[in-house]
Amino acid sequence: MPRYLVDKISRKAVLLCALASFFILVLIVVFIFRDGMAGFIENGIGAFLFGTDWSLKRGEYGVGVMILGSISVTLGTIIIAAPLSITCAIFLAEIAPPEVREVVRPAIDLLVGIPSVVYGLMGMVWLVPLIRDHFGGGGYSLLAAIVVLTIMVLPTIISLSEDSLRSVPRHYKESALALGATDWQAIWRVLLPAARPGIVSAIILGMGRVIGESMACYMVIGNAFAFPSSVLDPSRTLTSNIVGQVEEAAYGSSHMHALFACGIVLLVFIFIFNSVSFTMGRREG
Amino acid sequence: MKVKRLLITLIILGSLLVAPTDSTMAAGDELSGTIKEDGSTSVLPLAEAFALRFMKLHPRVRVIYGGGGSGTGAKDCAKGQVDIGATSRELKISEADLISYPIARDGVAIIVHKDNPVDELSLGEVARVYAGEITNWEEVGGKSGKIRLYSREEGSGTRDVFESKVMKEKDISGRAYFKKSNGEIQTAVARDPGSIGYVSLGYIEGTKALSIEGVKCTVESCKKGDYPLVRRLYFHTKGTPDEPVKAFIDFCRSEEGQKIVEQLDYIPLTL
Repeated sequence: MPRYLVDKISRKAVLLCALASFFILVLIVVFIFRDGMAGFIENGIGAFLFGTDWSLKRGEYGVGVMILGSISVTLGTIIIAAPLSITCAIFLAEIAPPEVREVVRPAIDLLVGIPSVVYGLMGMVWLVPLIRDHFGGGGYSLLAAIVVLTIMVLPTIISLSEDSLRSVPRHYKESALALGATDWQAIWRVLLPAARPGIVSAIILGMGRVIGESMACYMVIGNAFAFPSSVLDPSRTLTSNIVGQVEEAAYGSSHMHALFACGIVLLVFIFIFNSVSFTMGRREG
Repeated sequence: MKVKRLLITLIILGSLLVAPTDSTMAAGDELSGTIKEDGSTSVLPLAEAFALRFMKLHPRVRVIYGGGGSGTGAKDCAKGQVDIGATSRELKISEADLISYPIARDGVAIIVHKDNPVDELSLGEVARVYAGEITNWEEVGGKSGKIRLYSREEGSGTRDVFESKVMKEKDISGRAYFKKSNGEIQTAVARDPGSIGYVSLGYIEGTKALSIEGVKCTVESCKKGDYPLVRRLYFHTKGTPDEPVKAFIDFCRSEEGQKIVEQLDYIPLTL
């Protein structure tokens, strides 16, 4: 076969693959919106987004509690996870001797791959009784979800932040050191600002993972339909609501539509996170 | 050489693939095939025992059970994805195009932690506890402490029965902890000293089942009809079932099947 033909065919093949993944995305969005919009319309957008009553019996679906639940779990997790993982990334990129890094980094990469349901199981068996005995409440709580998700999301943020710290050109730090800065000053004043876009997008990707986590969250959060008044109270997230009810929802029913509408709300959150991460990642530090 | 070895591997692999279909085809009047079931987690232990016994009697039949909840069972059965859908409640109007076979009866036990001094509640008290009107164990004769409610998600068959027989007009409080299966409620209640939950009678181990209206929650009291929270468990099929599904359902409803029901602390049908 002539070489130009091989070239042409492989181009087309690659294009087809790229288009296929794009097409799948479009299909997913179309189907979620087809069923989900029905959920919005049946309940009224305001009543759906801000309503606090979710009841099959009365046919009322409002996700106010769950939106608040999702947001508080995500914020709580990131507030704990971000500082921890950034310090860990700095340690790995700048401070750790190579032998330590060679052990720790692969371990962290391995942690990324552990299925979330395993984290959920450990949370349910160990963490929930611990919280119940030492802090009070039922154990199944916002706090349990935040701790489990923090542990789950740490490796993701660490490895992405470390990559972006390492991609800062070496001479940035060397110049700072040559100008008389201490090692820590060079890291804090030069390296971190230079790596900021990458670190911010790592954190936001982490947030996306937290808000989208369903099973681990369902297993420890308690799933109550009520606004939590403290971190020890049970709560409910959009994802845990879908996990908890999808098995019992009949196709084409308003119940299923409402669950799809939860999916739309989640999609919007993820869309916002991703666009923030995208713009942050592009800007030069 | 290489080709030959590849060929041998392929032949071995191929025969492995063919083997099961081969054996089903070889069967004469002997029953064969696969029966797929799905549905209520209250029925799960019973369905597994039925399946094991039936597969021993008919080695060429495979029975697979998935515990996705009553709603899933009815839904998948109506769609033809499974041969038998199991529910722990009667069919709803929207599911009515299925044929129902009662296979056993089952009590719904109200369970608390083993160390809880409360032994008995009335139906009214249980309803008020679950509605969030009674929030402290002190109010029903226990030690002072917050009552933590454990409930099933909406759509659960056990919850349907609990709502219609206990809650009646009242709603289950949104402050409850919601779980997806009997087993999860059992585990949670067994480990939480302030808890109360409701489960199928087969899931009370490690917890304390309360007397309701002065009647102890046991297989005997359920059988006699004294215990107020008894329901039937059903298998459903879409249309008249073929073999081996028909034989399986007949087996479950036979005297031998009902013996299994009794062994597993469910309540046999009154035949």
